[in-house]
Amino acid sequence: MSERTSSRWGLALISPWLLGFLIFTAGPMLASLYLSFCKYDLHSLQFVGTKNYEVLLTRDPLFWKSLGNTALYVLFSVPLGLTGSLLIAVLLNQKVKGIPVFRTLFYLPSLVPAVASALVWQWVFHPDAGILNFALSKVGVHGPKWLQDPKTALMSLIIMSLWGIGGSRMLIFLAGLQGVSDELYEAAQLDGADGLTCFRHITLPMLSPTIFFNLILGIIGSFQVFTSAYIMTGGGPDNATLMYVLYLYNNAFRFFKLGKASAMAWILFIMLLGFTGIQFKNASKWVYYEGGEKE
Amino acid sequence: MIQRIGVFAMLVFGGILFSIPFLWTVSTALKTNEQVFAVPPQWVPNPIQWENFKRAWTELPFPTFVLNTITITIVATFGQIVSASLVAYGFARFKFKGKNALFYLMLSTMMLPSQVTMIPVFLLWRQLGLIDTFVPLIAPAFFGGGAFTIFLLRQFFLTIPRELDEAAMIDGANPLTIWWKVLLPLARPALITTTLFSFVSHWDDFMGPLIYLNSMEKYTVSIGLRLFQDSYGTQLELLMAASLIHILPTIVLFFVAQRYFVKGIALTGLK
Repeated sequence: MSERTSSRWGLALISPWLLGFLIFTAGPMLASLYLSFCKYDLHSLQFVGTKNYEVLLTRDPLFWKSLGNTALYVLFSVPLGLTGSLLIAVLLNQKVKGIPVFRTLFYLPSLVPAVASALVWQWVFHPDAGILNFALSKVGVHGPKWLQDPKTALMSLIIMSLWGIGGSRMLIFLAGLQGVSDELYEAAQLDGADGLTCFRHITLPMLSPTIFFNLILGIIGSFQVFTSAYIMTGGGPDNATLMYVLYLYNNAFRFFKLGKASAMAWILFIMLLGFTGIQFKNASKWVYYEGGEKE
Repeated sequence: MIQRIGVFAMLVFGGILFSIPFLWTVSTALKTNEQVFAVPPQWVPNPIQWENFKRAWTELPFPTFVLNTITITIVATFGQIVSASLVAYGFARFKFKGKNALFYLMLSTMMLPSQVTMIPVFLLWRQLGLIDTFVPLIAPAFFGGGAFTIFLLRQFFLTIPRELDEAAMIDGANPLTIWWKVLLPLARPALITTTLFSFVSHWDDFMGPLIYLNSMEKYTVSIGLRLFQDSYGTQLELLMAASLIHILPTIVLFFVAQRYFVKGIALTGLK
Protein backbone atom coordinates (compact mmCIF):
# COMPACT_ATOMS: atom_id res chain seq x y z
CA MET A 1 0.00 0.00 0.00
CA SER A 2 1.41 3.37 -0.94
CA GLU A 3 1.89 5.99 1.70
CA ARG A 4 -0.85 8.05 0.17
CA THR A 5 -3.39 5.22 0.15
CA SER A 6 -2.44 4.36 3.72
CA SER A 7 -2.95 7.93 4.80
CA ARG A 8 -6.35 8.07 3.10
CA TRP A 9 -7.50 4.84 4.72
CA GLY A 10 -6.28 5.97 8.10
CA LEU A 11 -8.17 9.23 7.94
CA ALA A 12 -11.28 7.52 6.57
CA LEU A 13 -11.24 4.97 9.41
CA ILE A 14 -10.88 7.55 12.16
CA SER A 15 -13.41 9.90 10.53
CA PRO A 16 -16.38 8.74 12.66
CA TRP A 17 -14.47 9.83 15.76
CA LEU A 18 -13.23 13.02 14.13
CA LEU A 19 -16.77 13.93 13.09
CA GLY A 20 -18.14 13.03 16.52
CA PHE A 21 -15.42 15.09 18.14
CA LEU A 22 -16.39 18.15 16.13
CA ILE A 23 -20.16 17.73 16.61
CA PHE A 24 -20.34 16.49 20.18
CA THR A 25 -17.17 17.81 21.80
CA ALA A 26 -15.36 20.71 20.12
CA GLY A 27 -18.45 22.56 18.88
CA PRO A 28 -20.37 22.19 22.15
CA MET A 29 -17.29 23.25 24.12
CA LEU A 30 -17.15 26.53 22.23
CA ALA A 31 -20.90 26.96 22.54
CA SER A 32 -20.78 26.24 26.24
CA LEU A 33 -17.95 28.71 26.73
CA TYR A 34 -20.00 31.35 24.96
CA LEU A 35 -23.14 30.44 26.91
CA SER A 36 -21.24 30.79 30.16
CA PHE A 37 -21.00 34.51 29.40
CA CYS A 38 -24.71 34.77 28.66
CA LYS A 39 -28.03 34.77 30.41
CA TYR A 40 -30.11 32.11 28.70
CA ASP A 41 -33.40 30.53 29.79
CA LEU A 42 -34.26 28.69 26.54
CA HIS A 43 -36.14 31.75 25.31
CA SER A 44 -34.01 34.86 25.49
CA LEU A 45 -30.27 34.99 25.04
CA GLN A 46 -28.38 37.94 26.45
CA PHE A 47 -24.63 38.50 26.68
CA VAL A 48 -23.71 39.44 30.24
CA GLY A 49 -19.92 39.12 30.25
CA THR A 50 -18.36 37.57 33.32
CA LYS A 51 -21.44 38.06 35.48
CA ASN A 52 -22.25 34.35 35.86
CA TYR A 53 -18.74 33.69 37.13
CA GLU A 54 -18.87 36.66 39.48
CA VAL A 55 -22.23 35.62 40.91
CA LEU A 56 -21.07 32.03 41.38
CA LEU A 57 -17.76 32.90 43.01
CA THR A 58 -18.87 35.79 45.18
CA ARG A 59 -22.61 35.67 45.81
CA ASP A 60 -23.77 32.08 45.61
CA PRO A 61 -23.36 30.21 48.90
CA LEU A 62 -24.79 27.04 47.33
CA PHE A 63 -21.99 27.02 44.77
CA TRP A 64 -19.40 26.93 47.54
CA LYS A 65 -21.46 24.47 49.56
CA SER A 66 -21.71 22.07 46.63
CA LEU A 67 -18.03 22.51 45.83
CA GLY A 68 -17.08 21.84 49.46
CA ASN A 69 -19.29 18.75 49.63
CA THR A 70 -17.80 17.42 46.43
CA ALA A 71 -14.25 18.15 47.55
CA LEU A 72 -14.87 16.21 50.77
CA TYR A 73 -16.39 13.36 48.80
CA VAL A 74 -13.40 13.24 46.45
CA LEU A 75 -10.92 13.57 49.31
CA PHE A 76 -12.27 10.45 51.00
CA SER A 77 -13.70 8.28 48.25
CA VAL A 78 -10.72 8.51 45.87
CA PRO A 79 -7.88 7.41 48.22
CA LEU A 80 -10.08 4.85 49.99
CA GLY A 81 -11.38 3.52 46.70
CA LEU A 82 -7.92 3.37 45.14
CA THR A 83 -6.32 1.56 48.09
CA GLY A 84 -9.31 -0.72 48.46
CA SER A 85 -9.44 -1.75 44.84
CA LEU A 86 -5.67 -2.32 44.77
CA LEU A 87 -5.83 -4.53 47.87
CA ILE A 88 -8.69 -6.54 46.43
CA ALA A 89 -6.83 -6.92 43.13
CA VAL A 90 -3.78 -8.22 45.00
CA LEU A 91 -6.01 -10.65 46.91
CA LEU A 92 -7.75 -11.82 43.75
CA ASN A 93 -4.41 -12.28 42.03
CA GLN A 94 -3.37 -15.00 44.51
CA LYS A 95 -3.45 -18.57 43.38
CA VAL A 96 -6.23 -19.77 45.67
CA LYS A 97 -9.00 -22.24 44.97
CA GLY A 98 -12.29 -20.76 43.84
CA ILE A 99 -10.80 -17.48 42.60
CA PRO A 100 -13.39 -17.08 39.78
CA VAL A 101 -16.19 -17.21 42.38
CA PHE A 102 -14.49 -14.53 44.48
CA ARG A 103 -13.83 -12.36 41.45
CA THR A 104 -17.52 -12.51 40.65
CA LEU A 105 -18.52 -11.74 44.24
CA PHE A 106 -16.37 -8.62 44.33
CA TYR A 107 -17.28 -7.52 40.83
CA LEU A 108 -21.02 -8.02 41.24
CA PRO A 109 -21.77 -4.76 43.12
CA SER A 110 -20.33 -2.64 40.35
CA LEU A 111 -22.64 -4.34 37.86
CA VAL A 112 -25.64 -3.21 39.86
CA PRO A 113 -27.03 -0.21 37.99
CA ALA A 114 -26.49 3.08 39.79
CA VAL A 115 -30.21 3.66 40.25
CA ALA A 116 -30.86 0.23 41.70
CA SER A 117 -27.88 0.45 44.02
CA ALA A 118 -28.96 3.91 45.19
CA LEU A 119 -32.39 2.49 46.05
CA VAL A 120 -30.84 -0.52 47.78
CA TRP A 121 -28.50 1.61 49.84
CA GLN A 122 -31.22 4.01 50.79
CA TRP A 123 -32.76 0.94 52.35
CA VAL A 124 -29.51 -0.29 53.92
CA PHE A 125 -29.15 3.12 55.63
CA HIS A 126 -32.74 3.14 56.92
CA PRO A 127 -32.38 4.23 60.58
CA ASP A 128 -34.86 1.73 62.02
CA ALA A 129 -35.33 -1.14 59.60
CA GLY A 130 -31.95 -0.95 57.79
CA ILE A 131 -29.35 -3.70 58.18
CA LEU A 132 -26.51 -1.30 58.85
CA ASN A 133 -27.96 -0.04 62.12
CA PHE A 134 -29.10 -3.55 62.94
CA ALA A 135 -25.49 -4.76 62.57
CA LEU A 136 -24.27 -1.83 64.68
CA SER A 137 -26.81 -2.61 67.40
CA LYS A 138 -25.38 -6.13 67.55
CA VAL A 139 -22.06 -4.67 68.69
CA GLY A 140 -23.76 -2.30 71.10
CA VAL A 141 -23.67 0.86 69.00
CA HIS A 142 -26.72 3.02 68.53
CA GLY A 143 -26.51 3.87 64.82
CA PRO A 144 -26.97 7.39 63.42
CA LYS A 145 -29.75 8.45 61.08
CA TRP A 146 -27.32 8.28 58.13
CA LEU A 147 -28.93 9.92 55.09
CA GLN A 148 -31.45 11.83 57.17
CA ASP A 149 -28.88 13.65 59.30
CA PRO A 150 -26.84 16.48 57.75
CA LYS A 151 -23.86 15.36 59.84
CA THR A 152 -23.73 11.84 58.40
CA ALA A 153 -25.41 12.11 54.99
CA LEU A 154 -22.27 12.84 52.99
CA MET A 155 -20.38 10.14 54.86
CA SER A 156 -23.15 7.71 53.89
CA LEU A 157 -22.61 8.47 50.21
CA ILE A 158 -18.85 7.90 50.62
CA ILE A 159 -19.45 4.57 52.36
CA MET A 160 -21.78 3.56 49.57
CA SER A 161 -19.23 4.50 46.90
CA LEU A 162 -16.83 1.99 48.45
CA TRP A 163 -19.23 -0.81 47.62
CA GLY A 164 -18.07 -0.53 44.03
CA ILE A 165 -14.34 -0.87 44.66
CA GLY A 166 -14.37 -4.36 43.16
CA GLY A 167 -15.36 -2.90 39.79
CA SER A 168 -13.51 -1.84 36.68
CA ARG A 169 -10.79 -0.06 38.67
CA MET A 170 -10.00 -3.34 40.39
CA LEU A 171 -10.05 -5.19 37.05
CA ILE A 172 -7.57 -2.73 35.61
CA PHE A 173 -5.30 -3.31 38.62
CA LEU A 174 -5.71 -7.06 38.19
CA ALA A 175 -4.68 -6.77 34.57
CA GLY A 176 -1.68 -4.67 35.62
CA LEU A 177 -0.69 -7.24 38.25
CA GLN A 178 -0.81 -10.03 35.71
CA GLY A 179 1.59 -8.04 33.58
CA VAL A 180 4.28 -8.09 36.29
CA SER A 181 6.65 -10.91 35.42
CA ASP A 182 7.07 -13.75 37.94
CA GLU A 183 10.81 -13.67 37.36
CA LEU A 184 11.09 -10.43 39.30
CA TYR A 185 9.42 -11.98 42.34
CA GLU A 186 11.49 -15.15 42.05
CA ALA A 187 14.71 -13.18 41.89
CA ALA A 188 13.66 -11.13 44.92
CA GLN A 189 12.75 -14.22 46.86
CA LEU A 190 16.16 -15.70 46.13
CA ASP A 191 17.60 -12.58 47.71
CA GLY A 192 15.45 -13.27 50.75
CA ALA A 193 12.77 -10.62 50.30
CA ASP A 194 9.45 -11.26 52.07
CA GLY A 195 5.95 -10.58 50.75
CA LEU A 196 5.73 -7.02 52.01
CA THR A 197 9.14 -6.07 50.63
CA CYS A 198 8.19 -7.54 47.26
CA PHE A 199 4.98 -5.54 47.30
CA ARG A 200 6.79 -2.30 48.08
CA HIS A 201 9.76 -2.72 45.79
CA ILE A 202 8.32 -4.69 42.88
CA THR A 203 4.52 -4.57 42.76
CA LEU A 204 4.04 -0.88 43.53
CA PRO A 205 6.66 0.47 41.10
CA MET A 206 5.63 -1.90 38.32
CA LEU A 207 2.01 -0.99 38.91
CA SER A 208 2.58 2.76 39.18
CA PRO A 209 1.38 3.59 35.64
CA THR A 210 -1.84 1.73 36.39
CA ILE A 211 -2.19 3.47 39.75
CA PHE A 212 -1.69 6.79 37.97
CA PHE A 213 -4.32 5.96 35.34
CA ASN A 214 -6.83 4.93 38.01
CA LEU A 215 -6.03 7.97 40.15
CA ILE A 216 -6.68 10.43 37.33
CA LEU A 217 -9.89 8.76 36.19
CA GLY A 218 -10.95 8.29 39.83
CA ILE A 219 -10.65 12.00 40.61
CA ILE A 220 -12.48 12.97 37.45
CA GLY A 221 -15.23 10.41 38.06
CA SER A 222 -15.71 11.33 41.72
CA PHE A 223 -16.00 15.01 40.95
CA GLN A 224 -18.93 14.11 38.73
CA VAL A 225 -20.90 12.08 41.29
CA PHE A 226 -24.58 12.66 40.60
CA THR A 227 -26.95 9.71 40.52
CA SER A 228 -26.62 8.59 44.14
CA ALA A 229 -27.17 12.11 45.49
CA TYR A 230 -30.01 12.83 43.07
CA ILE A 231 -31.90 9.67 44.00
CA MET A 232 -31.06 9.08 47.64
CA THR A 233 -31.16 12.56 49.11
CA GLY A 234 -31.96 15.01 46.34
CA GLY A 235 -29.09 17.04 47.80
CA GLY A 236 -30.50 17.25 51.31
CA PRO A 237 -30.82 17.24 54.22
CA ASP A 238 -29.95 20.92 54.57
CA ASN A 239 -27.89 20.74 51.34
CA ALA A 240 -25.44 18.38 53.05
CA THR A 241 -25.23 16.19 49.95
CA LEU A 242 -25.69 18.89 47.33
CA MET A 243 -22.95 17.78 44.96
CA TYR A 244 -21.40 20.05 42.36
CA VAL A 245 -22.91 18.30 39.34
CA LEU A 246 -26.28 17.99 41.05
CA TYR A 247 -26.33 21.75 41.58
CA LEU A 248 -25.21 22.22 37.98
CA TYR A 249 -28.02 19.93 36.79
CA ASN A 250 -30.56 21.81 38.91
CA ASN A 251 -29.43 25.13 37.49
CA ALA A 252 -29.63 23.84 33.93
CA PHE A 253 -32.71 21.66 33.86
CA ARG A 254 -34.80 22.74 36.83
CA PHE A 255 -34.22 26.48 37.04
CA PHE A 256 -33.30 26.81 33.33
CA LYS A 257 -30.35 29.03 34.14
CA LEU A 258 -28.36 27.58 31.27
CA GLY A 259 -25.72 30.32 31.25
CA LYS A 260 -24.98 29.91 34.93
CA ALA A 261 -24.87 26.13 34.56
CA SER A 262 -22.44 26.47 31.66
CA ALA A 263 -20.20 28.68 33.78
CA MET A 264 -20.29 25.98 36.47
CA ALA A 265 -19.29 23.37 33.89
CA TRP A 266 -16.32 25.48 32.84
CA ILE A 267 -15.22 26.08 36.41
CA LEU A 268 -15.34 22.30 36.94
CA PHE A 269 -13.37 21.72 33.77
CA ILE A 270 -10.68 24.22 34.72
CA MET A 271 -10.39 22.71 38.20
CA LEU A 272 -10.03 19.21 36.77
CA LEU A 273 -7.46 20.40 34.26
CA GLY A 274 -5.53 21.94 37.13
CA PHE A 275 -5.69 18.77 39.19
CA THR A 276 -4.73 16.58 36.27
CA GLY A 277 -1.89 18.92 35.37
CA ILE A 278 -0.51 18.76 38.92
CA GLN A 279 -0.80 14.97 38.88
CA PHE A 280 1.07 14.72 35.60
CA LYS A 281 3.77 17.00 36.93
CA ASN A 282 4.19 14.88 40.04
CA ALA A 283 3.96 11.66 38.06
CA SER A 284 7.61 11.66 36.99
CA LYS A 285 8.54 11.34 40.66
CA TRP A 286 6.68 8.14 41.31
CA VAL A 287 5.41 6.60 38.09
CA TYR A 288 7.81 4.06 36.70
CA TYR A 289 7.69 3.19 33.02
CA GLU A 290 9.37 0.03 31.84
CA GLY A 291 12.20 0.86 29.46
CA GLY A 292 11.98 4.46 30.61
CA GLU A 293 9.61 5.45 27.84
CA LYS A 294 6.56 7.53 28.55
CA GLU A 295 4.33 5.83 26.01
CA MET B 1 0.55 -22.26 54.06
CA ILE B 2 -0.46 -19.86 56.82
CA GLN B 3 -0.36 -17.07 54.26
CA ARG B 4 -2.71 -19.06 52.01
CA ILE B 5 -5.23 -19.52 54.79
CA GLY B 6 -4.98 -15.82 55.61
CA VAL B 7 -5.67 -14.87 52.00
CA PHE B 8 -8.56 -17.28 51.82
CA ALA B 9 -10.06 -15.95 55.04
CA MET B 10 -9.83 -12.37 53.78
CA LEU B 11 -11.46 -13.36 50.51
CA VAL B 12 -14.34 -15.08 52.28
CA PHE B 13 -14.82 -12.18 54.69
CA GLY B 14 -14.71 -9.58 51.93
CA GLY B 15 -16.91 -11.67 49.67
CA ILE B 16 -19.59 -11.94 52.33
CA LEU B 17 -19.34 -8.23 53.19
CA PHE B 18 -19.74 -7.28 49.54
CA SER B 19 -22.66 -9.62 49.00
CA ILE B 20 -24.73 -8.43 51.94
CA PRO B 21 -26.51 -5.48 50.27
CA PHE B 22 -27.23 -7.65 47.27
CA LEU B 23 -28.51 -10.60 49.30
CA TRP B 24 -30.61 -8.24 51.33
CA THR B 25 -32.18 -6.90 48.14
CA VAL B 26 -33.09 -10.44 47.12
CA SER B 27 -34.48 -11.15 50.57
CA THR B 28 -36.52 -7.94 50.64
CA ALA B 29 -37.88 -8.55 47.16
CA LEU B 30 -39.42 -11.79 48.40
CA LYS B 31 -41.05 -10.50 51.58
CA THR B 32 -44.52 -9.32 52.45
CA ASN B 33 -44.84 -5.64 53.22
CA GLU B 34 -45.15 -6.28 56.97
CA GLN B 35 -41.98 -8.36 57.00
CA VAL B 36 -40.02 -5.67 55.18
CA PHE B 37 -40.18 -3.37 58.16
CA ALA B 38 -39.83 -6.05 60.82
CA VAL B 39 -37.35 -5.17 63.57
CA PRO B 40 -34.99 -7.00 63.91
CA PRO B 41 -34.63 -7.61 60.16
CA GLN B 42 -35.44 -11.10 58.98
CA TRP B 43 -33.18 -12.68 56.41
CA VAL B 44 -35.37 -15.51 55.23
CA PRO B 45 -38.77 -14.39 53.96
CA ASN B 46 -41.69 -16.39 55.24
CA PRO B 47 -43.79 -17.05 53.22
CA ILE B 48 -41.74 -16.38 50.06
CA GLN B 49 -43.63 -13.84 47.96
CA TRP B 50 -42.79 -14.80 44.39
CA GLU B 51 -45.74 -12.74 43.19
CA ASN B 52 -43.81 -9.55 44.08
CA PHE B 53 -41.97 -9.99 40.79
CA LYS B 54 -45.21 -10.41 38.91
CA ARG B 55 -46.67 -7.32 40.56
CA ALA B 56 -43.54 -5.25 39.92
CA TRP B 57 -43.73 -6.36 36.32
CA THR B 58 -47.38 -5.52 35.81
CA GLU B 59 -48.28 -2.59 38.06
CA LEU B 60 -46.35 -0.02 36.06
CA PRO B 61 -45.64 -0.17 32.31
CA PHE B 62 -42.50 -2.06 33.28
CA PRO B 63 -42.35 -4.25 30.15
CA THR B 64 -42.32 -1.05 28.08
CA PHE B 65 -39.44 0.35 30.15
CA VAL B 66 -37.51 -2.89 29.67
CA LEU B 67 -38.16 -2.95 25.95
CA ASN B 68 -37.07 0.70 25.61
CA THR B 69 -33.88 0.02 27.56
CA ILE B 70 -33.11 -3.07 25.49
CA THR B 71 -33.61 -1.14 22.25
CA ILE B 72 -31.38 1.74 23.29
CA THR B 73 -28.71 -0.48 24.82
CA ILE B 74 -28.43 -2.90 21.91
CA VAL B 75 -28.39 -0.30 19.14
CA ALA B 76 -25.99 2.01 21.01
CA THR B 77 -23.66 -0.83 22.00
CA PHE B 78 -23.60 -2.06 18.41
CA GLY B 79 -22.77 1.44 17.15
CA GLN B 80 -20.13 1.92 19.79
CA ILE B 81 -18.29 -1.34 19.09
CA VAL B 82 -18.41 -1.06 15.30
CA SER B 83 -17.31 2.56 15.12
CA ALA B 84 -14.75 2.28 17.95
CA SER B 85 -13.11 -0.76 16.37
CA LEU B 86 -12.87 1.00 13.00
CA VAL B 87 -11.30 4.07 14.59
CA ALA B 88 -8.99 1.91 16.71
CA TYR B 89 -7.94 0.05 13.55
CA GLY B 90 -7.15 3.36 11.86
CA PHE B 91 -5.01 4.48 14.80
CA ALA B 92 -3.28 1.12 15.20
CA ARG B 93 -2.30 0.36 11.60
CA PHE B 94 -2.18 3.39 9.33
CA LYS B 95 0.20 6.29 9.00
CA PHE B 96 -1.28 9.69 8.40
CA LYS B 97 -0.40 13.28 9.09
CA GLY B 98 -1.14 14.42 12.62
CA LYS B 99 -1.90 10.91 13.84
CA ASN B 100 -0.15 11.25 17.18
CA ALA B 101 -1.65 14.65 17.85
CA LEU B 102 -5.14 13.36 17.05
CA PHE B 103 -4.58 10.29 19.20
CA TYR B 104 -3.58 12.38 22.20
CA LEU B 105 -6.45 14.76 21.53
CA MET B 106 -8.77 11.76 21.67
CA LEU B 107 -7.24 10.48 24.91
CA SER B 108 -7.53 13.91 26.48
CA THR B 109 -11.29 13.90 25.90
CA MET B 110 -11.43 11.21 28.60
CA MET B 111 -10.61 13.99 31.04
CA LEU B 112 -13.32 16.30 29.83
CA PRO B 113 -16.29 16.24 32.19
CA SER B 114 -19.43 15.56 30.17
CA GLN B 115 -21.16 18.51 31.84
CA VAL B 116 -19.15 20.93 29.69
CA THR B 117 -20.78 19.64 26.52
CA MET B 118 -24.10 18.55 28.03
CA ILE B 119 -26.03 21.81 27.66
CA PRO B 120 -25.09 22.71 24.05
CA VAL B 121 -25.64 19.09 22.97
CA PHE B 122 -29.07 19.23 24.61
CA LEU B 123 -29.81 22.48 22.74
CA LEU B 124 -28.64 20.86 19.50
CA TRP B 125 -31.05 17.92 19.85
CA ARG B 126 -33.78 20.34 20.87
CA GLN B 127 -33.13 22.39 17.75
CA LEU B 128 -33.45 19.21 15.69
CA GLY B 129 -36.76 18.40 17.37
CA LEU B 130 -35.45 15.13 18.76
CA ILE B 131 -36.14 15.63 22.46
CA ASP B 132 -38.23 12.78 23.87
CA THR B 133 -36.88 10.34 21.27
CA PHE B 134 -34.16 7.71 21.61
CA VAL B 135 -31.95 9.42 19.02
CA PRO B 136 -29.91 11.59 21.45
CA LEU B 137 -29.24 8.49 23.55
CA ILE B 138 -28.16 6.33 20.62
CA ALA B 139 -26.65 8.46 17.87
CA PRO B 140 -23.47 9.64 19.66
CA ALA B 141 -22.39 6.00 20.08
CA PHE B 142 -21.96 5.70 16.32
CA PHE B 143 -19.36 8.48 16.25
CA GLY B 144 -16.31 6.65 17.51
CA GLY B 145 -17.85 5.15 20.64
CA GLY B 146 -15.81 7.01 23.23
CA ALA B 147 -12.12 7.43 23.92
CA PHE B 148 -11.83 4.60 26.42
CA THR B 149 -13.26 1.99 24.07
CA ILE B 150 -11.08 3.17 21.18
CA PHE B 151 -8.03 3.15 23.42
CA LEU B 152 -8.67 -0.40 24.71
CA LEU B 153 -9.24 -1.78 21.22
CA ARG B 154 -6.22 0.02 19.75
CA GLN B 155 -3.98 -1.40 22.46
CA PHE B 156 -5.30 -4.85 21.64
CA PHE B 157 -4.87 -4.46 17.88
CA LEU B 158 -1.24 -3.47 18.49
CA THR B 159 -0.62 -6.91 20.02
CA ILE B 160 -1.82 -8.68 16.84
CA PRO B 161 1.15 -9.36 14.51
CA ARG B 162 1.20 -7.07 11.50
CA GLU B 163 2.33 -9.96 9.30
CA LEU B 164 -1.21 -11.30 9.44
CA ASP B 165 -2.81 -8.31 7.79
CA GLU B 166 0.13 -7.83 5.45
CA ALA B 167 -0.34 -11.41 4.23
CA ALA B 168 -4.04 -10.77 3.67
CA MET B 169 -3.21 -7.57 1.81
CA ILE B 170 -0.91 -9.44 -0.54
CA ASP B 171 -3.83 -11.77 -1.21
CA GLY B 172 -5.74 -8.70 -2.34
CA ALA B 173 -7.86 -7.97 0.72
CA ASN B 174 -8.76 -4.34 1.33
CA PRO B 175 -8.50 -2.78 4.81
CA LEU B 176 -12.20 -3.27 5.56
CA THR B 177 -11.96 -6.98 4.76
CA ILE B 178 -8.87 -7.23 6.96
CA TRP B 179 -10.69 -5.46 9.80
CA TRP B 180 -13.63 -7.84 9.53
CA LYS B 181 -11.87 -11.13 8.72
CA VAL B 182 -8.51 -10.82 10.50
CA LEU B 183 -8.57 -8.31 13.34
CA LEU B 184 -12.08 -8.66 14.74
CA PRO B 185 -11.97 -12.46 15.13
CA LEU B 186 -8.57 -12.27 16.80
CA ALA B 187 -9.66 -9.44 19.07
CA ARG B 188 -12.58 -11.38 20.50
CA PRO B 189 -11.57 -11.09 24.19
CA ALA B 190 -11.13 -7.33 23.84
CA LEU B 191 -14.39 -7.01 21.92
CA ILE B 192 -16.29 -8.94 24.58
CA THR B 193 -14.75 -6.79 27.31
CA THR B 194 -15.63 -3.53 25.59
CA THR B 195 -19.09 -4.82 24.70
CA LEU B 196 -19.75 -5.58 28.35
CA PHE B 197 -18.51 -2.13 29.44
CA SER B 198 -20.60 -0.49 26.75
CA PHE B 199 -23.69 -2.56 27.53
CA VAL B 200 -23.49 -1.77 31.23
CA SER B 201 -22.94 1.94 30.65
CA HIS B 202 -26.01 2.23 28.40
CA TRP B 203 -28.17 -0.08 30.49
CA ASP B 204 -27.16 1.91 33.54
CA ASP B 205 -27.34 5.40 32.06
CA PHE B 206 -29.41 7.69 34.23
CA MET B 207 -28.61 11.29 33.41
CA GLY B 208 -29.10 10.81 29.65
CA PRO B 209 -32.67 9.47 29.83
CA LEU B 210 -33.40 11.92 32.66
CA ILE B 211 -32.54 14.84 30.42
CA TYR B 212 -33.93 13.61 27.10
CA LEU B 213 -37.03 11.53 27.85
CA ASN B 214 -40.25 13.19 28.98
CA SER B 215 -43.16 10.88 28.32
CA MET B 216 -43.67 7.76 30.33
CA GLU B 217 -43.99 5.39 27.39
CA LYS B 218 -40.45 6.38 26.36
CA TYR B 219 -38.89 5.83 29.80
CA THR B 220 -36.01 3.44 30.39
CA VAL B 221 -35.85 1.18 33.43
CA SER B 222 -33.51 3.49 35.35
CA ILE B 223 -35.99 6.37 35.03
CA GLY B 224 -38.92 4.03 35.55
CA LEU B 225 -37.48 2.84 38.84
CA ARG B 226 -37.63 6.42 40.05
CA LEU B 227 -41.33 6.36 39.32
CA PHE B 228 -41.59 3.27 41.49
CA GLN B 229 -39.76 5.10 44.23
CA ASP B 230 -42.24 7.97 44.13
CA SER B 231 -45.46 6.01 43.90
CA TYR B 232 -44.42 2.93 45.86
CA GLY B 233 -42.18 4.52 48.43
CA THR B 234 -43.57 2.33 51.14
CA GLN B 235 -43.81 -0.80 49.01
CA LEU B 236 -40.13 -1.51 49.21
CA GLU B 237 -40.57 -5.17 48.33
CA LEU B 238 -41.86 -4.14 44.89
CA LEU B 239 -39.11 -1.58 44.47
CA MET B 240 -36.49 -4.20 45.29
CA ALA B 241 -38.11 -6.75 42.97
CA ALA B 242 -38.05 -4.16 40.18
CA SER B 243 -34.41 -3.35 40.98
CA LEU B 244 -33.53 -7.03 40.66
CA ILE B 245 -35.17 -7.16 37.25
CA HIS B 246 -32.99 -4.16 36.36
CA ILE B 247 -29.85 -5.88 37.65
CA LEU B 248 -30.45 -9.28 36.05
CA PRO B 249 -29.35 -8.74 32.41
CA THR B 250 -25.95 -7.30 33.31
CA ILE B 251 -25.28 -10.16 35.71
CA VAL B 252 -26.26 -12.79 33.15
CA LEU B 253 -24.02 -11.10 30.60
CA PHE B 254 -21.13 -11.00 33.06
CA PHE B 255 -21.44 -14.71 33.80
CA VAL B 256 -21.48 -15.56 30.12
CA ALA B 257 -18.56 -13.28 29.27
CA GLN B 258 -16.51 -13.81 32.42
CA ARG B 259 -13.84 -16.13 31.09
CA TYR B 260 -12.93 -13.68 28.34
CA PHE B 261 -13.18 -10.75 30.59
CA VAL B 262 -10.03 -10.48 32.69
CA LYS B 263 -8.10 -11.93 29.76
CA GLY B 264 -9.41 -9.18 27.52
CA ILE B 265 -8.20 -6.50 29.86
CA ALA B 266 -4.95 -8.24 30.77
CA LEU B 267 -3.93 -8.59 27.15
CA THR B 268 -4.58 -5.01 26.22
CA GLY B 269 -1.79 -4.09 28.62
CA LEU B 270 -3.22 -0.89 30.02
CA LYS B 271 -0.06 1.03 30.64
